Order: sequence, then structure tokens, then C-alpha cells
Amino acid sequence: MKRIPYFPGCAMKDQARDYERAAQAALAALGCELVELPRWNCCGTVYSLANDDLMRHVGPVRNLIRVQDMGEDRVLTLCAMCYGTLRRSARFVAADPERLSRINAFMSDEHDYRGGVEVLHLLGLLRDVVGYENLASKVVRPLTGVRAAPYYGCTLVRPREVGVDNPDQPEVFERVLSALGAEVAEFPYKVECCGAYLTVGAPAIVAGRVRDIVASAAANGADLIVTSCPLCQFNLEARRPGIGPRLPVAYLGQLLAWALGADACLPPEAEALIQGTTPAAAGAQQR
Amino acid sequence: MADGLRLSREALAAPFVGKVEELSGQNLSACYQCGKCAAGCLFTEHMDALPNQVLRRVQLGDESVLAASAPWACASCLACAVRCPKGVDVARVMEALRLLALRRGLPHLDPRATAGVPQIALVGAYRKLTP
Amino acid sequence: MLTVYIMGKGYRVPEGLTIMKAMEYAGYRLVRGCGCRGGYCGACATVYRLPGDYRLYADLACQTTVQDGMYIAQLPSTPAERADYQLSQVAPRGEALLALYPELARCVACNTCTRSCPQKLEVMDAVQAALRGDIRQVAELTFDCVQCGLCAMRCPAEIAHYHVWQLARRLCGAYLTPRAQHLARRVAEVESGAFDAELDRLMGMGKDELAKAYQARDIEP
Repeated sequence: MKRIPYFPGCAMKDQARDYERAAQAALAALGCELVELPRWNCCGTVYSLANDDLMRHVGPVRNLIRVQDMGEDRVLTLCAMCYGTLRRSARFVAADPERLSRINAFMSDEHDYRGGVEVLHLLGLLRDVVGYENLASKVVRPLTGVRAAPYYGCTLVRPREVGVDNPDQPEVFERVLSALGAEVAEFPYKVECCGAYLTVGAPAIVAGRVRDIVASAAANGADLIVTSCPLCQFNLEARRPGIGPRLPVAYLGQLLAWALGADACLPPEAEALIQGTTPAAAGAQQR
Repeated sequence: MADGLRLSREALAAPFVGKVEELSGQNLSACYQCGKCAAGCLFTEHMDALPNQVLRRVQLGDESVLAASAPWACASCLACAVRCPKGVDVARVMEALRLLALRRGLPHLDPRATAGVPQIALVGAYRKLTP
Repeated sequence: MLTVYIMGKGYRVPEGLTIMKAMEYAGYRLVRGCGCRGGYCGACATVYRLPGDYRLYADLACQTTVQDGMYIAQLPSTPAERADYQLSQVAPRGEALLALYPELARCVACNTCTRSCPQKLEVMDAVQAALRGDIRQVAELTFDCVQCGLCAMRCPAEIAHYHVWQLARRLCGAYLTPRAQHLARRVAEVESGAFDAELDRLMGMGKDELAKAYQARDIEP
């Protein structure tokens, strides 16, 4: 078993707990054990884009200190937003020792952060540590016939220097879904924003975004949208219009767990779709 | 563009311009108004000025841009930032404008109108839309 | 004798007094900001500074001994907003805390609350647990909260911590903690009259006889 330090983030303990359970089961099947940080705090979800807002980096850096205190130099996230904030803050302090020393001085109750913790996302782990071919060889319930639209959203791919892949034409999500036996539905909205936190004060804006994203995925033949962001998931479900195509939304970890034969904790709509589509599942049902 | 905008040496050198440059860390004069940010922005239908127009108004020292709807329709998705041929991170300019407005006490998010959304949305909204 | 500064005015007071006793020695008559005097009620929140130290320390006046040169100010009450709710109408689900106190989402993990807690609670961890909807964990981490309000006074995110903790403990007590079965059984016994004769006998006793019975009672080990 490969032990990998793991930062869950709030959503994994709440609305996205099925994603966490499925991902843990799936990674166990791949020989990786997620070791949750003994203490952690909210990453902040959005990265501060202002130059005078050092306080916004305290939360992310505090988590990096927890990783350092474990004697580790990398940490895995399942959530796309946690990935963005933690990875950007890690880069921010690495690039500027002056800012790092101010943050360290402020956090007098922690060990100093020395830098050097690498923040990984599940997709990057599957590509770089597990490997596509190795992943494909572990699949026991291929998602054959399932046409899945990989929805990256924003923080997995932007900004360029932080993204898990190319910001305009990423392929890691597609490669992973292919390795799981799914058919990939390419669609032009895969890296377009769902409206994110505008969902709180301006749900109508988000509804418009979601309408376009879902329509585009459906028009390109998708049966299912796959995401790794709990905020995208919430918006795609809660803000979708009453009319038009209704595609089920599943987390990356859930498809991974299904294909690897682990407990997938899929939402009912997605599970029904996969059950009804994949030959292995159909065969299992006939028996 | 605001009606009756007056160009003057004073406006161009106004502290407002410097403050936005300082907060955003962006060189505003680099923008040559190609409009690529606006072309790729998914939220322009909710903006009363396009992202490049907002940038232009800041360049010219037009402080009334603080009342524009654009920074509040921006979701910080960074599509503009990765596409700008001049390397201007327009999302950081939007953030600077939000902060200047919020720090002047202009409230944006009604903290009690937050029911039914998960913490991942609330945390983001509070950080972007409250002082 | 040592010198302390109370609300900006210097006084000579004996060593070894608590801040509260030193204030009374100096002539203050405490009608607010003073309660149990035993560190339980949380009424005597106090902020102080020591000479040569930039920090503002927070503590309870009845639990903290004065030091020479101490600058002291009391914060008898914290006017933080308490959400309006009926416990019977609140379901003990994770989102309950955030729904009534959405400002929890403003936490920047600065840990100032933890540093200002006289009870030495892990206050920030409790905020984080509240944010992720773990009511039980919040109740456990804040069991010893005395609601002095110092965390809320120092919080840059303007969270009303102690009100959230109270809600979490109430939800935990009302819904998440298993009912004590033996208590329910005993209440039923009392209501069925199983002890009526015994009680009548006690009620009929004279004072001396009652005192004797009291002395001779069974005491649980």
C-alpha cells in the first residue's frame, strides 16, 4: 500500500461525502491508502487575486504546515477548488520568501512553513503515479457504452501554471475515462465556468451557465457529466433549468470506484444509467 | 462607456489608477483593447460594460467604474487571464475593483440571503463579495 | 504592592490578587462583568496588556492574577447576534449551523479565536468542524465554553462563535446523544407511584428523625 497524505476539504465531509468514500475505495483497489491530515482547515475555496491580502493565504499555508508536520512533502486533494487554492498558495509563498516570512511570523502558534509541499489532484495522481495503462489493467467493470462528458470547470486548468493540464485543450480527464472503458463525449464547454460562487447572490446567472453546459454536453452525445468539483456538482444539479436535457452528474471518484469494482456510492440517476448501459452490469443483472 | 467622460492629465495620474494597479499587480497600460477577454467571457450578458471597457475606464482614471456591474458578474473563472495576449490578468483587475468598492463600505452580498447553498459556495461568496 | 492600570488609571494593589479582586481593592463596585467568581459563568471577560509586550491578552478577571504594570479593561458583555430559532424546529443536520450562522463561512483560519480563549479551547478547530457540518465534534470541542465572548470580539471574520457552540451543544443534547434509558425507567417508576409510600414516610418525619435518617442514608461509592 502506498500511503498518500490527503486533504479532504469541507465538502468531502458533507455534500460530497459519497465522492470521498468512493475515491478512497477506488484508490485502495489501486494500492493507495489516503492518510487524512490529522488536523486541517478550510482552504478558502477561492484564491485571493489581490496583492494586499496576505491573510487569505494563512488558511492554505496552515494546511501545508500540517503536511510538513507529518514528515511528508505532498498532499492529495479530490476537490478541484481545494486543489486550486492550496496549490496556488504553495506557489505564491515559494516565489516570495518575504511574504512567506510574514505569514510564518503571523502564525506564531505553528512551526514555520519551509516550502516544498506539492499539491496533487486525483487526476494528476492517476496520470503520474498510477499511470493510464496500469489503471486500465485494474478495471473489472468497464464503463463500456457509457458516454461520459468530462467537465473540468475552472480551477483544475486555470491559471496555466497551476493547472493539472493544458488550460485550453486538457486531456487527462478524457484519458482517465477512456482507461475506465467509457466513451468520452468531447464538448466545447468542458473548461467553461459554471458561475461558481455567484450561485449564492445571483442564482439566475448560474442557471444560464448550467443550461448551456448541460445542453452542450447532451448535444455532443453525453449520457452523463463527470466532475471533481463539489461546487460544479451543486450548480449542475441545483441550478439546472426545469426544461431541456437532464443529464445525471457523477463525481470522478464514483466512476473510478465503479470501474474498479469498489463501492461506488453513485447517485441513483447515474447508477441506473450505468446499470442499464454497461454489458458487464447487464450480464450481472441477468445472472 | 460613461457619458461625458473627461480626459485630463489629472485623471490619468489619479490615485485611483495607481491603487488598482497596486491591488491587482497588473500593468494596465499594457492593454491594447483587442477585446479577447470580452470575447471569451461567459458573463458579459450580465455586465453593463465589457471587461476590456472596464479596463479602459480604469486606465483613464474613471472612478465611476466602481459602480459598474461587471466586477459583480465576474466569477473569477480566469478565462480572460489565460487568453490575454498581453498577459494582463483581467480577473485581478475585477478583484481590485470589488475590493475598492467593498472597502468603501458598499455592501454586495446580503449575508442573510444565503439559505440552501453548501459551504463551498458560501465561503467563496463571502470572500469575494463581502469586505 | 504592585501597580496596575484599570481603564487607564493607575492603582497600587497587593500582590496575589485576581484582576477582579484588584479592581474591588481599587474601589470598583462590580455590578456587571462579575458573576460566579469561580471561572464558570464567563461574565468577567477581560483584556489586558503587559509592559514591554505588544500583545493584547484575553482572560477571565476572576481567574487571572495581577502582574506589575498590567493594563486592564473589562468587556462585561459582547453584543454578538444570536440567531432566532426554536430548537424543536431545527433538524440536527450538518447544514443547520451554517444556515443559522452563515458567517462561519468567513473564517480565514487565522486562529485568533483560539489564542483569545480563556478556557484554552481549540476554537478554530470548532469553527472548521462547524463549517463542515460536524455538530458532534463542535459540541465536544466546546463543552467547556463559558460564553465569555472574547473569541467573537477578536475575530476578524465577525463570527459569533459562542452562540454557534451553544446551538451545537443543544442539537447534540437534544438529538444526537442517546437517551438515558435508566432515567426513563426511573421516571416511569416515580410516576407509577412506586415511591409514594417512602415519600409519605419521609414527609411525616420530625426534624431530628429526618436529620438522623439523612446521616444514615446509603451513599453511592
